Amino acid sequence: MNFIDNPRKLRGFEKHVRVEKISRRSILKGLGVTGGFVLAAPVMSRQALAYETGAGKMPHGVVVDPRVFVSVAPDGIVTIIGHRSEMGTGVRTSLPLIVAEEMEADWSRVKVQQAHGDEVKFGNQDTDGSRSTRHYLIPMRQIGAAARTMLEQAAAKRWGVPATEVKAVNHEVVHSASGRKLGFGELAADAAKESVPAIEGLKLKDPKDFRYLTKGQVGIVDLHDITTGKARYGADVRLPGMKYAVIARPPVTGGTLVSFDPDAALKVPGVEKVMKVQGWPWPSKFQPLGGVAVIARNTGAAIKGRDALKLVWDDGANAKYDSVAYRKELEEASRKPGLVVRKEGDADAALKGADKVIVGEYYIPHLAHVSMEPPVAVADVKGDKAEIWAPVQSPGGTRDDVAKTLGIPEGNVTVNVTLLGGGFGRKSKCDFALEAALLSKELGAPVKVQWTREDDIHNGFLHTVSVERIEAGLDKSGKVIAWRHRSVAPSIASTFAAGTVHQAPFEIGMGLADMPFEIANISCENPEAAAHTRIGWFRSVSNIPRAFAVQSMVGEIAQATGRDQKDMLLELIGSPRIVKPAVKDLWNYGEPQDSYPIDTARLRKVVELVAEKGEWGRKVPKGHGLGIAVHRSFVSYIATIVEVAVDDKGKLTVPRVDTAIDCGTYVNPERIASQIEGAAIMGLSLAKYGEISFKDGKVQQKNFDDFQVVRIDESPVVTNVYIVPPGPDTPPSGVGEPGVPPFAPALINAIFAATGKRIRSLPIGKQLEA
Amino acid sequence: MIKVKINGQEQSWDGDPDLPLLWFLRDEAGLTGTKYGCGQALCGACTVIVDKEAVRACITSVKDVSGREVTTIEGLHPNGDHPVQKAWRQVNVPQCGFCQAGQIMQAAALLMDNPKPSHDQIREAMSGNICRCGCYQRIENAVHLASTGV
Repeated sequence: MNFIDNPRKLRGFEKHVRVEKISRRSILKGLGVTGGFVLAAPVMSRQALAYETGAGKMPHGVVVDPRVFVSVAPDGIVTIIGHRSEMGTGVRTSLPLIVAEEMEADWSRVKVQQAHGDEVKFGNQDTDGSRSTRHYLIPMRQIGAAARTMLEQAAAKRWGVPATEVKAVNHEVVHSASGRKLGFGELAADAAKESVPAIEGLKLKDPKDFRYLTKGQVGIVDLHDITTGKARYGADVRLPGMKYAVIARPPVTGGTLVSFDPDAALKVPGVEKVMKVQGWPWPSKFQPLGGVAVIARNTGAAIKGRDALKLVWDDGANAKYDSVAYRKELEEASRKPGLVVRKEGDADAALKGADKVIVGEYYIPHLAHVSMEPPVAVADVKGDKAEIWAPVQSPGGTRDDVAKTLGIPEGNVTVNVTLLGGGFGRKSKCDFALEAALLSKELGAPVKVQWTREDDIHNGFLHTVSVERIEAGLDKSGKVIAWRHRSVAPSIASTFAAGTVHQAPFEIGMGLADMPFEIANISCENPEAAAHTRIGWFRSVSNIPRAFAVQSMVGEIAQATGRDQKDMLLELIGSPRIVKPAVKDLWNYGEPQDSYPIDTARLRKVVELVAEKGEWGRKVPKGHGLGIAVHRSFVSYIATIVEVAVDDKGKLTVPRVDTAIDCGTYVNPERIASQIEGAAIMGLSLAKYGEISFKDGKVQQKNFDDFQVVRIDESPVVTNVYIVPPGPDTPPSGVGEPGVPPFAPALINAIFAATGKRIRSLPIGKQLEA
Repeated sequence: MIKVKINGQEQSWDGDPDLPLLWFLRDEAGLTGTKYGCGQALCGACTVIVDKEAVRACITSVKDVSGREVTTIEGLHPNGDHPVQKAWRQVNVPQCGFCQAGQIMQAAALLMDNPKPSHDQIREAMSGNICRCGCYQRIENAVHLASTGV
């Protein structure tokens, strides 16, 4: 079934998956509920600004209204709303900073206030898809410019001079002809009475006058609180009379509770109650799995109580899910033709006629997000009203889902967004908040539901598992004339609709159908794969397996033809051009092709930049090797060079990483570097250790001992980040996710250079020891 | 009744003596700066200093610290200006920040024991503290900075 054709059947899916053609938005916008001016999509007119984005097509689109986002107090303190969720990217700082820049506010007199979940008021709040800066750079500038204009108008009226004669400069408005000045605080009351200026007439600052943007000098707003333990995450919310709960959930996806014996649990000191939690059949989007909750006076007692529960489960339809067997299924499917999602020329014929065919079959298992803060939420449900405190990436969606789950109006639900102790896509699913809401309703008291690390690993929404099979056909001269890529993986759509066996357009658009190489005969195929657990977004999503396969294959072709990896890569990318794959409605991360084309000049540029700065081709000691990879994702271009060292016993270390990113116009280069440094660690973690496997339907890993992530003593010694300076009108593009995909293939290509071993199956595990 | 001094203040507990210190701190004493990350001493998010030693509060029971002095992130320095905290801010270490209290407490304990650690010693001492965001390069630099004067 194609869920895109049945959007009504999948309400909610529409809201959370980055799918184009969403019409519900414009209807909602037309209501103009805020009383402020709510823009029709698209926000950016091409006359006024050089690019358009897909922001207007997101649920509830964009709201550009200074009265919603900015307030100025009589003491001059400017409060700016951060309406996206902070999970470590720095967005809670960077979006308000854009407003402050444009309104000439002094950052030291700015306070950032976190928005609660209300998309009608604030516009879309789904903090995912590496979209915040790319969708909000211009709207935030417009909001700041509108606020500045209102302050200027108020000052001009006060002085009886034309508004054109006054200018806001660093938290005050000045009339240079007379030397008069008024602080923002002194103008606050009058400015609030000014009408909000029309967007079309707003004058944005000349970038050469920027004080904060592009400078990278401003630390994140939560820096002091984080270093002193005052920062408040979801787990840190405490309410009077609050109960602490942990939940025993079905060990197999789709399993149900048969019976339970609470007696031993109730004897644990501090345990107050044991109760059933409502569950929904699989798949049902983000609805809770159900199970048994132990309610206690503290989390420690609740955990101890849960350990003492006697539980009988019916494991249901996925009881036989076995990762070893499933891998074989995927491999077999990858060896047969599948649904063709892109076809150019005749790849079958060209492969048959090729002088040489190189085949690579690549495997990446399920991955768990393991954000340092496991899922957690506090709910206080009283009558038909609910208040939630939770680290959610989708405050609006959470509000919607809580209302539906409790059967109360959305307007009766308040979702307070705390800081997120990491997100990586896990916290786009609000199941934990729904659990807290259900328990609070039944208990008649505020309750915190804390997931343990084991819960996080056993009952999450995992990254898919995939086999990527690529066949490259070469002619006599070694030129690649045919490319067939079969990608087999259960889709995220399977979490929304039973029976889903094909990838969704947004997954097909992540490194499969948008493959940028200049090859005459291309076939991209998607054979069927059924899901047996909950699949969800994981930072970079399908780009991880696709970049691993495609960029490993580049290394394999170079290896087979005796060429330099970087030269091979540039040859495959081909001439500087705009790639227009023969794909109907190519997803393109929800962005218009005109503003965000697949531009091989930019792809080449990051390869060339990283090769130059990263000293590609430098002499490295024996046992060391260099690898390179490039990938376009979230409409950004990123190339990475990894240097590895592999000793006689197969111990792998990473002395150096170099990464070049072209993310267009950017806000804070310091946070970009931070994201890319972190992406290298996440890339190394998944390459070295990342594997969630199933046996008898159950996840076999449980905690950081058997689902390992990289620690400081094995992290790259140095990661250098180079940011491509944008052109004057280059649209902003993603930063949070794009750093991950090229890391693993660059690492694997480096390992080949160091050892002659070609790794096609992740994680590396003990493969280098053999 | 167990008595324990936390950040200089006497606290008492007459509940389950086996309650992990982590949950006593967070849920009973309201000191939420110490974080839960794994419950098995695998990630270091719950690191506190007991007397002069870094310990994992998730596997340390309240009775284990009876009569001892516990320092949490809230008590590391009255104004949050411990050299490690200052270095953390100067280097812009955190991303999401959730693991950072544990990292900072571990680093502070390291510097009490070894005021001038080498880079290898920093890596070794900090290897029990996981940062999923991957701030390791900056953590290493910040500990080094704290040891050489902020």
